[in-house]
Amino acid sequence: MIREFLKGIIKENPTFVLALGLCPTLAVSVSVINGIGMGIAATFVLLGSNMIIALIKNGIPDKIRIPCYIVVIATFVTITELTMKAYSPALNRALGIYVPLIVVNCIVLGRAEAFASKSSVMSSFFDGLGMGVGFTLALILISGIREVLGAGKIMGQTLVKGFDPAFVIGMPSGALLVIGLLLGFFNILKSRKRA
Amino acid sequence: MPNKLTVSVSPHIHKDESVSLIMWTVVVSLIPAGVAGMVIFGRSALWVVLLGIITALATEALIQLVSRRKVTILDGSAFLTGLLLAYNLPPNVPFWLPIVGSFFAIAIGKQVFGGLGQNIFNPALVGRVFLMASWPRYMTTFAKPLDLDAVTSATPLMLLKEGKWAGTLSYLDLFLGKRGGCIGEVCILALLMGAAFLFYKKYISWHIPATYIMTAAACVYVFGPGGLFTGDWLFHVLSGGLILGAFFMATDYVTSPLTYKGQIIFGAGCGLLTAIIRLWGGYPEGVSYAILMMNGATPIIDRFTRNRIYGSGRQEAAT
Repeated sequence: MIREFLKGIIKENPTFVLALGLCPTLAVSVSVINGIGMGIAATFVLLGSNMIIALIKNGIPDKIRIPCYIVVIATFVTITELTMKAYSPALNRALGIYVPLIVVNCIVLGRAEAFASKSSVMSSFFDGLGMGVGFTLALILISGIREVLGAGKIMGQTLVKGFDPAFVIGMPSGALLVIGLLLGFFNILKSRKRA
Repeated sequence: MPNKLTVSVSPHIHKDESVSLIMWTVVVSLIPAGVAGMVIFGRSALWVVLLGIITALATEALIQLVSRRKVTILDGSAFLTGLLLAYNLPPNVPFWLPIVGSFFAIAIGKQVFGGLGQNIFNPALVGRVFLMASWPRYMTTFAKPLDLDAVTSATPLMLLKEGKWAGTLSYLDLFLGKRGGCIGEVCILALLMGAAFLFYKKYISWHIPATYIMTAAACVYVFGPGGLFTGDWLFHVLSGGLILGAFFMATDYVTSPLTYKGQIIFGAGCGLLTAIIRLWGGYPEGVSYAILMMNGATPIIDRFTRNRIYGSGRQEAAT
């Protein structure tokens, strides 16, 4: 169980190793607050959908399994969205369309198809938790770098007065740049470890 | 008896040319433009150029040391990148701008791809575009030429874009570089001297620069402000970074096509894109973006303009 949890954080990190869920990563990683919000929302959906799908996997006909997964996932996304709208409308506004788009997040669907549909409820729970935490950590890392370099702030607080932030890092091209470099960096670490 | 017969594989006739010799020759050919820039803009231009070069060399050495590769900072390629980047900056930028730009040019533009010969895009232009997208305020404030009181002025192309170009500068002023602009791009005379030297040494061929400049000139002439065939093409050729870009940056061996046919397509594409950006784009100047876009197209151009290997292909036509 612990292994299912830990693999999502490092060995099979959804962003840096599986390279899944890159669209929300690119879009919302402008500030750390957005990154954390997105990470928690996705983690909640992952947990819920993974458990429910593991629970009902034997009742789902094979041919229409993807629509069934989508219905389950959409239910949890709706819960998340309504909750977010009620309790933190500012975050909901900042994340915008990317909250409902969690329905088609590759990580959520990918774990349902690749893991939850073949595993027990307990291990699906830990798998979802690990993947969610891994996704959240990756988002915090990327958005932290982008917020510091692109806006000169961290969690909305100005770091150094007089520091001229590099606009481009806060733009989509900067997201591609940061994610690309981090992917390369983690690949170097991985190849060093293997050698 | 000593063996006097040398057995070696072809080619048997060599010339003492190497990557580093070519790189240093290009550096030498760029010196007149830099000297002109320093005469026109004063001492701050010198500092920008020096900082650009030193940072480029230091970054190259650092990355090669960390990745345990051979340190090749003396081959001139990093020196040239730093020099070209600095030539593409306004003379009055804050001192850290050429440092950041040079670092980015070498680290992201070149070494991330695997070093000299592996990069897709011209590293100096990658650095410039990064600075342009990050700190547009500094990159678009130009010092007034021949004025040491740190007065700023817009470039002729910026005035043209805003519809304020009054034609106060003659073609001769533009040719000699008495205008606001980047350090290395203003003095066309000095750039042409350097380019002539490179032609004489046969390090660049006419294919890219000629098609580039002619396509751009033709486009701006045809689609002029007062209807078709009314454009001031000479003004467009002499202003902005067109001459610097066409002779010294579009001709970079690594990022331009290999065959002459490909180079003509490449040059024409650069010219077309430059004219489109200048006439209808959001920026006053489009040389760096045009060259970078065509750099990206170079692998495809190379693929479709491959020379036929003698004796291969066209079998059916022959029979």
